[in-house]
Amino acid sequence: MQRTTHAARPERLTAELTTEHAATSRDLLRQVARGTLARLLNLALALAIFLACWIALAAALDRDIMPYPWQVWPVFVEQMQGDLQTHLFASARRVLAAIAFSVLIATPIGMGLGQIRALNRIFSPLIGLVHPIPKVVFLPVILVIMGIGERSKIFLIALILFFQILVVVRDEAASLRPELIQSVRSLGAGRRALFRYVYLPASLPAVLTALRVSVGTAIAVLFIAEQYSTREGLGYYIVTLTWQRLRFEEMYAGILAMSLLGLVLYLVVDFLERVFGRWRRAGEF
Amino acid sequence: MISIENLTFRYGARGVPVFQDFNWHVAPGETWSIIGSSGCGKTTLLMLLAGLRRATGGAICIGGSPISRPRPETGLILQDFGLMPWATVWDNVALGLRVRRFYGPDGKHAPRSVPPTSRGEARQLVERWLRRLNIYEQRNKFPGAVSGGQRQRTAIARTLALQPDLLLMDEPFSSLDALTREDLQNLILQLQVEMSLTSVIVTHAIEEAAILGRNILVLCDPPNTEAVIVSNPDAGTPGYRSTRTFLDKCNELRTLLGLSA
Repeated sequence: MQRTTHAARPERLTAELTTEHAATSRDLLRQVARGTLARLLNLALALAIFLACWIALAAALDRDIMPYPWQVWPVFVEQMQGDLQTHLFASARRVLAAIAFSVLIATPIGMGLGQIRALNRIFSPLIGLVHPIPKVVFLPVILVIMGIGERSKIFLIALILFFQILVVVRDEAASLRPELIQSVRSLGAGRRALFRYVYLPASLPAVLTALRVSVGTAIAVLFIAEQYSTREGLGYYIVTLTWQRLRFEEMYAGILAMSLLGLVLYLVVDFLERVFGRWRRAGEF
Repeated sequence: MISIENLTFRYGARGVPVFQDFNWHVAPGETWSIIGSSGCGKTTLLMLLAGLRRATGGAICIGGSPISRPRPETGLILQDFGLMPWATVWDNVALGLRVRRFYGPDGKHAPRSVPPTSRGEARQLVERWLRRLNIYEQRNKFPGAVSGGQRQRTAIARTLALQPDLLLMDEPFSSLDALTREDLQNLILQLQVEMSLTSVIVTHAIEEAAILGRNILVLCDPPNTEAVIVSNPDAGTPGYRSTRTFLDKCNELRTLLGLSA
């Protein structure tokens, strides 16, 4: 009965209303963009303060190990056109691979633990035990077992991210109300649709929160992992190629590159978290 | 529409049965209220009808077929709305249609008889229901940013967009303020007529039971063995709330529930 009244509806009207809906989604994106702009201004201010501190420190120390920004910048630009770029990409590749693996593995396990109480009862104490152990201490073991290639480095970083993501996704999935699941099931959703329409969107912001707080640690651990058995990566560049050869300006170019890697990753994750977590600021529900 | 024969249901293996050899029948187009004190099994009965719980014994048939999982033609509305907080009002209303498109008309998750709605059709349907329930202006807000009444309207729109033939409601208006509650009760009365819906509403409010159900099922302390039915044929007529019949009906229910009139 309703369907027929629908078909009779003038098409022009429908088209108009559809674009209206699209327009308001654009408004929402514009809002997010405006927020980002304000944040960029704040970032510029922070950068100015940071540079001032750097200059003050360099002036106070007055030693080779602490060059001025204007000595480092040209070296950074020059190095980025050569070797440094290769090393930056090698490190970035490792972090991104580790993020991808840990998200793909930890998210479904976290959802399962959060929703199946019996599983959670068994595994929660284990997670509570293992989670606080600094995973970097296993570096020697991982190097021996997984070899000296890319795999061991990616695995170590993924291990750190894995527990962070696992814990927040588990808690997020556990906090989904049974009423929500029931009413979505009553709309016809089976397990696959629940996963697609409920668990996945519910845990996405949680995954991003976990990444935001742990991406810094991940890069720090990458720096350490890159001290061993590799000829690529910013850790190798900073310690072996530049510091040990007393090329301090190049060393700072490497530090700058590593900082940028961390900063860019953080900003990307933070932006995604803002977009996908908009509803968290919509009020209590 | 609904046929319950010799239903037995208990929580756990040795608990007191909530229902024991319970029989109850609902014909298409009837509007029912289920009332009883807390713990009497009214929500349990609704969950059984919704296919979200399984009977311990006996048979529950809806539309002629026994029920063991949620039936795609049945709509369910809960007190706590069951909205997804991360999705806008629009996306919440569209959810059921999306789930249907996700599975296709497999008869299990979506009715076999209904052809799959295209994205365009789904958009029209969602919009029509948002307008019908007066929440079109709220469509881009998240549930956290709209009022309780608007949340329940969203849940109703989401359910009715699937054009159910049976509507089950579990204390749908209990958490709303009195004015909003009355407003939504009137809306449900209109929709019952408009869509010729068979509806079953669980409530603990005597007045609400008398306003919304032309038949009232009274449940007592478990085990329920017999359906106590109060006929209330005038429900839904304009101005019923202020008639003498309505007050008498409420008093009759009070007596049945063991309260003094």
